[in-house]
Amino acid sequence: MLNTLTNVLQTTVLYSTPLILAAMGGLYSERSGVVNIALEGLMTIGAFAAAVTTIFTGNPWLGLLAAMVAGILFALPHAVASITFKADQVVSGVAINFLAFGLSVYLVKHLYNGEAQTPVVQETLSRMPIPGLNSIPVIGPALFNAFPTTYLAFVIVAASYFILYYTPFGMRLRAVGEHPKAAETAGVSVIRMRYVAVMISGALAGLGGAGLSIAIGSEFNQSTVAGQGFIALAALIFGKWHPLGAFFAALFFGFAVSLALIGQLFGWTQYVPSEVLNMLPYVLTILALAGFVGRAEAPAAIGKPYEKDSR
Amino acid sequence: MQVMSKINRRSSFWVSLISVVLGLLVGAIAMIAAGYSPILAYGALFQNALFQPYDLGETIRTISPLILTGLAVALAFRTGLFNIGVEGQFIMGQLAAVIVGLKLHLPPIVHALVAVIAGGLAGAIWAYLPGLLKAKRGVHEVITTIMLNFIALYLSNVLVRTWLTSGADSTDRIADTASLQWSVLSAMFGGARIHFGIIIALLMAFVMYYLLWRTKLGFELRAVGYNPHASEYAGMRVDRNIILSMMISGFFAGLAGASELLGTQGYLAIQGGFTGIGFDGIAVALLGGNTPIGVVLSAVLFGVLTYGGTNMQFAAQVPFEVIRIVFAAIILFVAANVSGWILGWFRSLKKGRGA
Repeated sequence: MLNTLTNVLQTTVLYSTPLILAAMGGLYSERSGVVNIALEGLMTIGAFAAAVTTIFTGNPWLGLLAAMVAGILFALPHAVASITFKADQVVSGVAINFLAFGLSVYLVKHLYNGEAQTPVVQETLSRMPIPGLNSIPVIGPALFNAFPTTYLAFVIVAASYFILYYTPFGMRLRAVGEHPKAAETAGVSVIRMRYVAVMISGALAGLGGAGLSIAIGSEFNQSTVAGQGFIALAALIFGKWHPLGAFFAALFFGFAVSLALIGQLFGWTQYVPSEVLNMLPYVLTILALAGFVGRAEAPAAIGKPYEKDSR
Repeated sequence: MQVMSKINRRSSFWVSLISVVLGLLVGAIAMIAAGYSPILAYGALFQNALFQPYDLGETIRTISPLILTGLAVALAFRTGLFNIGVEGQFIMGQLAAVIVGLKLHLPPIVHALVAVIAGGLAGAIWAYLPGLLKAKRGVHEVITTIMLNFIALYLSNVLVRTWLTSGADSTDRIADTASLQWSVLSAMFGGARIHFGIIIALLMAFVMYYLLWRTKLGFELRAVGYNPHASEYAGMRVDRNIILSMMISGFFAGLAGASELLGTQGYLAIQGGFTGIGFDGIAVALLGGNTPIGVVLSAVLFGVLTYGGTNMQFAAQVPFEVIRIVFAAIILFVAANVSGWILGWFRSLKKGRGA
């Protein structure tokens, strides 16, 4: 029983990590007022860059770095289109998802003789036990014998909470998402703030994608990300655009994702089809949005391009 | 809302043309960067898509669902809604069509007709929920429809695996009476899988035109899209119109799924991911300026690129995905109104010279 619990907890943490990272990414962008349904594409490009860089250099840490850089580079067109050119942010996000998916598979095929997946990444990140803490029963193996990306995710959540609520930068960022005109009057550059926020979101979502291709998995193919960017978006909404809320929602959705796997392991799928378990995060998000889990309040200025001379 | 109406207004031919040319240019740059020849690749693409009867037939087959998913997105756009759930409604259309095609026993033509309509209705029902949540609770339809896409995917998979088969990956073929294929048409195009779906698609383009510009309901739908507050003030029922618009949009998407299933595939398989046809509809609608005729024309372009793109792999060894890059670039250029900026710059240049 205790073993089962440890198992469940460990898989949950494992599958939550990419979701937490991407959801934190989405948090910055959306809190600044820019809708980011491009998380899926940003994760895809991160997963791709991490896998390919690690294969070429043999160093997964460089893979992580490449994922962040690639995420930022791909968040840029979204920022340019939706902030500078005032494109519809949802349409722009859709285009980024298209672009990331098309370009990564195109490059994989180009690099690996027409194969739709990369070779197996040999030098993936490995679990880093924290001596002492990892021998705590049940939670020890789950929390303190994790991938470095997991520790990174936990640190980023704590840091994001602090940054958004206790630093001038965070307050400005939130102000820009709530009332851009007032923020501008107070001397904050709405445009610059939103650019920075969207780029942070690219870096974090890219990092989340890297977790899929060089930590949990060890290759990149067309279905490496498979909707997890959208689950991360769901977690962000479910967590009411709050770092801790999004964190717990991502953990919960990670649990739902892992349920399908754990279910197979323990034969539960005899009773509940795995597809039904897979549906869970999406169904819950709709219920949350419908108001059954308390009203979700989106940032007030979300989705609205900022016009300097408008009121 | 303002953004939506801005998108609607930018429907001029030149804007679309410039976006397409820029999109193809981005694709060409991607090809050159990877060491392929864009001239060879694009040449092969257009040649392979259009100049043999078989290929022409297959291109038309590719175009048909794109018209329908494009109309679905465009109709929602016209009324101020962004239906990203076309993909899920498409899946539900497929599911309903395969159920009718397998489980009902009806005479030819009637069977196909019932299956097609069932598909459309399934799409409409799947779009009802986001419409309702938007109208009654102000929940943004983009998020609900994304979630419903995934739910539709898993629902379809679980039903295929547990109810329609006993653990298999794909269902039996639908009864011949439900098929949309017509051997005479297919023979005309060298045995291509062209089917009645194209007729349904063109008919629906006309339906959308008639509905939006020739009926009172259509006027209301457009008015709500243009300015919901003024429409409300004028006594229109904004809630009802939002729900209706989503459902009509879902109906088109469901028809696309049904006609693909009944005409092209003939069975439903467990799917590892989305078909992408629903998402392509977004590109089609945007490029087509959200008008029925624009949607048909841009579906033709995207269909040619999609079908020709697969052949490009053989002729020039260029991976098909370059076409997806072109699509993405086109959407981005249309959305950011890059053509508008270029045209404006051009005009100011002309003016400058005249002065």
